[in-house]
Amino acid sequence: MIEAYFVHLAILVVIYLILALSLQLALGYTGLINLGHIAFFAIGAYVSALLTLNGMPFVIAILIAGVVSAFFGFLLSIPTNKLKGDYLALATLAFTFVVYAVTLNWYSLTRGPLGLSGIPKPSILGISFSSNSSFLILTILIAIVTYFVIKKITESPFGKVLESTRDNELATRNLGKSTFKIKSTALATSAFFAGIAGCLYASYITYIDPSSFTIMQLIPILCIVIIGGLASLNGTVLATIVLILLPEPLRFLGFPSSVVGPMRQIVYALILLLILIYKPKGFFGKVELE
Amino acid sequence: MLKIKNLKKNFGGVKAVDNCSFEVAKGKITALIGPNGSGKSTTFNLISHIIRGDSGKIVFDKIDIAKFSPEQVSNVGVSRLFQKSQLFNNLTIRENLLLAIDNEDTKFWKNILGKNKVTKEKEDQVSHWLDLIEMRHLSNKLGRELSFGQKRLIEIVRTILNPHKLLMLDEPVAGVNPRLRKYISEILLDLKKQGTTILLIEHDMNFALGLADEVIVMDEGKVIAKGTPNKIRNNKKVLEAYLGD
Repeated sequence: MIEAYFVHLAILVVIYLILALSLQLALGYTGLINLGHIAFFAIGAYVSALLTLNGMPFVIAILIAGVVSAFFGFLLSIPTNKLKGDYLALATLAFTFVVYAVTLNWYSLTRGPLGLSGIPKPSILGISFSSNSSFLILTILIAIVTYFVIKKITESPFGKVLESTRDNELATRNLGKSTFKIKSTALATSAFFAGIAGCLYASYITYIDPSSFTIMQLIPILCIVIIGGLASLNGTVLATIVLILLPEPLRFLGFPSSVVGPMRQIVYALILLLILIYKPKGFFGKVELE
Repeated sequence: MLKIKNLKKNFGGVKAVDNCSFEVAKGKITALIGPNGSGKSTTFNLISHIIRGDSGKIVFDKIDIAKFSPEQVSNVGVSRLFQKSQLFNNLTIRENLLLAIDNEDTKFWKNILGKNKVTKEKEDQVSHWLDLIEMRHLSNKLGRELSFGQKRLIEIVRTILNPHKLLMLDEPVAGVNPRLRKYISEILLDLKKQGTTILLIEHDMNFALGLADEVIVMDEGKVIAKGTPNKIRNNKKVLEAYLGD
């Protein structure tokens, strides 16, 4: 029983890690304050759920989920290209609400508030990942690939262009580099991995509805990226483990379940506030959030 | 090489650049001088398309660049130094300079597949300039860790490393000490010898007139005088603009 609980927690940590690493690419490395990240997670979850429910193999479904999310990432980058800071945050937040409204109201496709149930567990080349421990292995493998791909991107000369865009967009353009191309590539790549995480989430929980993808789900991810430190992948890994597990003891303190949820949010908000005041670079960050 | 014709830019009721026309000759150092608020930096911003002009032509190497984006202006060969520091503060000096060399670093797949490496040639180019300005020991320092003068030097080198036919330098020696000032003027004269065309804005009349082959004087958004430094020194309109009536 306890073992199953820890495996469940580990799966959640790894899915959140993929989501946080992908946000780190957009926010920490490129400076895009993207509050629409959870929408890409939702798109990935819904796309893969619909495909696998209609009999498509998991491997193809997860790739399509990533590609469709990346496409929406690219689309979002077009109207938001000239926006910065608070304005970009608001515009991308609006995207989260748009996706939420679509999933809630496009009943014939998403079944609206009833959600999609019976999403199949993954099976790859005849190997079933229906048990939680085998699913954990699959998510860990995908998280490792995500980590190394994002590490490769950020350590390549392209990664330095992402950072120069974050530090000074005008100077980057003045060196002959199209920051629209750079930012749209970063946002699409970030959305790709968020879509992958969404697919894993849907196939693990086997049920999704619009309430799984609201701004409340974005808060822990934002906390992880900021507390771990901007432009730090290792910081993101450590912060994901600590922050996802930190509120868990609240479950065992005897509070009713209606109190535990809001308390988790209070814990995240308090930690974020303290970090922003006393350690604005986060624990392993290279840059301060402006 | 660069022809500005009837360039205009108004900010509300203020005529920042008012029917401005001038030319920059190839292989020469041209200084754009004038009192504060005369429209020099606005003219630079219009050329590099940081702001959009109301009307007029900007022709560079026979191409009308008036409607180009800042990156397109850079890619036709105009490299610009800003008056205010534009260093990438969270990147090292070496990374700041490597970014200027080419645009291969913007190609996502080429970089992901490891086909765009920092070559020895690029490293040597950066090291050569860092040696020249005696800052090689600082190559791994972050931009934000440098002093004002050091930042200025690095930015000048970054502007030079950015492939160019024309260098536009907005107050390259403002706020730097006399030793660095001499150093920068030597670098600019060396570049001129190698055939580089330079357009510079400078408040320090002695520095500008000492370096320039041609001088363009602006006041209240208009070009009020053009000519060699000797002619400009004794121009009545110029003296009035600087010293008042």
